[in-house]
Amino acid sequence: MEPDDTKPAAVPLSNAKAGAEPDFAANRATEEKERPLVAQRKIIIPKVTERRFAQTTRRELFKVAPVVLLGTFAIPRVQESLLKSGLSFSDWVSARLFRRGHLAPTFADSQLTPFDKFPINDYDVDDPGVIFENWTLNVSGAVQKPGEYRLAQVQALPRVRHNTRHVCVEGWDVIGRFGGAKLSDFLTMIGADTSARFITVGCADDYYESLDMATALHPQTLLCYEMYDRPLSREHGAPLRLNIPTKIGYKQAKYLTDLKVTNVLDRVGYWEDQGYSSFYGL
Amino acid sequence: MSGTVIELIRTKGDETETVGRAVYEHPLLIRLCHWLNAISLFVLAGSGLQIFRAFPSFGAKIPQKDLLQWPKAFAIGGWLGGALQWHLTFMWIYIATGLTYLGYQFFSGNYKQVLFTHRDIPGVWPMVRHYFFFGSKPEQHEAYNPLQKHAYTTVIVLGVLSVLTGLAIWKPVQFSWLAWLLGSFHLARLWHFLIMWAMIAFVLGHLIMVLLHGWNNFVSMLTGWKKDPEY
Repeated sequence: MEPDDTKPAAVPLSNAKAGAEPDFAANRATEEKERPLVAQRKIIIPKVTERRFAQTTRRELFKVAPVVLLGTFAIPRVQESLLKSGLSFSDWVSARLFRRGHLAPTFADSQLTPFDKFPINDYDVDDPGVIFENWTLNVSGAVQKPGEYRLAQVQALPRVRHNTRHVCVEGWDVIGRFGGAKLSDFLTMIGADTSARFITVGCADDYYESLDMATALHPQTLLCYEMYDRPLSREHGAPLRLNIPTKIGYKQAKYLTDLKVTNVLDRVGYWEDQGYSSFYGL
Repeated sequence: MSGTVIELIRTKGDETETVGRAVYEHPLLIRLCHWLNAISLFVLAGSGLQIFRAFPSFGAKIPQKDLLQWPKAFAIGGWLGGALQWHLTFMWIYIATGLTYLGYQFFSGNYKQVLFTHRDIPGVWPMVRHYFFFGSKPEQHEAYNPLQKHAYTTVIVLGVLSVLTGLAIWKPVQFSWLAWLLGSFHLARLWHFLIMWAMIAFVLGHLIMVLLHGWNNFVSMLTGWKKDPEY
């Protein structure tokens, strides 16, 4: 090991550190030593050989090179898992941002979108042909009182009506008036284990959805049987649908037939399983 | 430190001759942020336009009046769900580089090179005259001329606004105050869209200027060093 000062002085910068900034200070020092007798001190500009400069710029270029790692997004196989991770991360942040007590904005009746301008969105049919007289909600999973529940039992719970914004993943939004029972009241009635992680629902049109427990217990989350103070129409999900002002539209399943309280999801939801956000809280 | 100037020399035997100058303009962190941001901005605009295709309007859903039919070939993601995946992934890179950039500029003092202030106002008109071919080029003593500073400062403000409007669209309930400040969820979506076009306009102008100002200028954003600067 040779000490630094035995190295030839003619090679400036030989011990420049690979820091964020190239260090030409050593060179400046040399300059000052060489011209100690100059009376008028000027701002001294370090002199660097072209070769030395080329080395420095090459090294600086390599430091920026990690940016090309983003190119992995262009590899089809890796792309899918990378984007899935990005979406999962977004969902994780979404769940952290959700606040149990924070209410979605509500609106005056004058701000309501007229009922006939409230879009009807399905993945399959407008009307899956539910026979109302025979309809029951099948309750299962981590509950004390599983079984078939009639609409009258849901309607016997305290009714909540609110004007809230309905946001579709496509980008449009409407303000609607919804009425129903708080899902949290229903969960109390069926003796649900609210320490379980999820609620899943099945629908008459084979649509399916899931909901995190925190959102299920939110005071604005409704088992909805009314829109605009009238019984739910078939196209809007009669006899019972979910209304969740803190969630995106596709979470708010219509024509409910099954409800389960569970800790495990074998599938998340119809759209989620095709690549849409699992949590999508607003 | 940005602003460091060196003299380039060539040695032949005992003789040395000065062949040029170089200035260190862009610290490493700024360069990394620049390129990460450029890529994420490209992906965000492309996937954003695919998302827009799902409802290409800012009016009511019923009846729906489309604003424009953006061609699928100039969008990223292929379908709405795919585009949302790209958007919700790259927005984190965009936010991270944005915050890193702002933090670095602030704490290093490097922002003085970019920030447009009242002291730059007198230099605006001479520069406009020069750009529109009826004035000689004003003398330049720093990395950016007043119009450049104005453009960069504006686009940084737009960048911040793009995140805020995006947040209001993504989380109109949790950030209901933000959506309210922006007029509503509905309007926030329109601002988000317009900000994107403003940023695309900046990028186009930026690219034209890079082409006009040559190779050394482009290379400086890769290596940090600009050879033969104009100042």
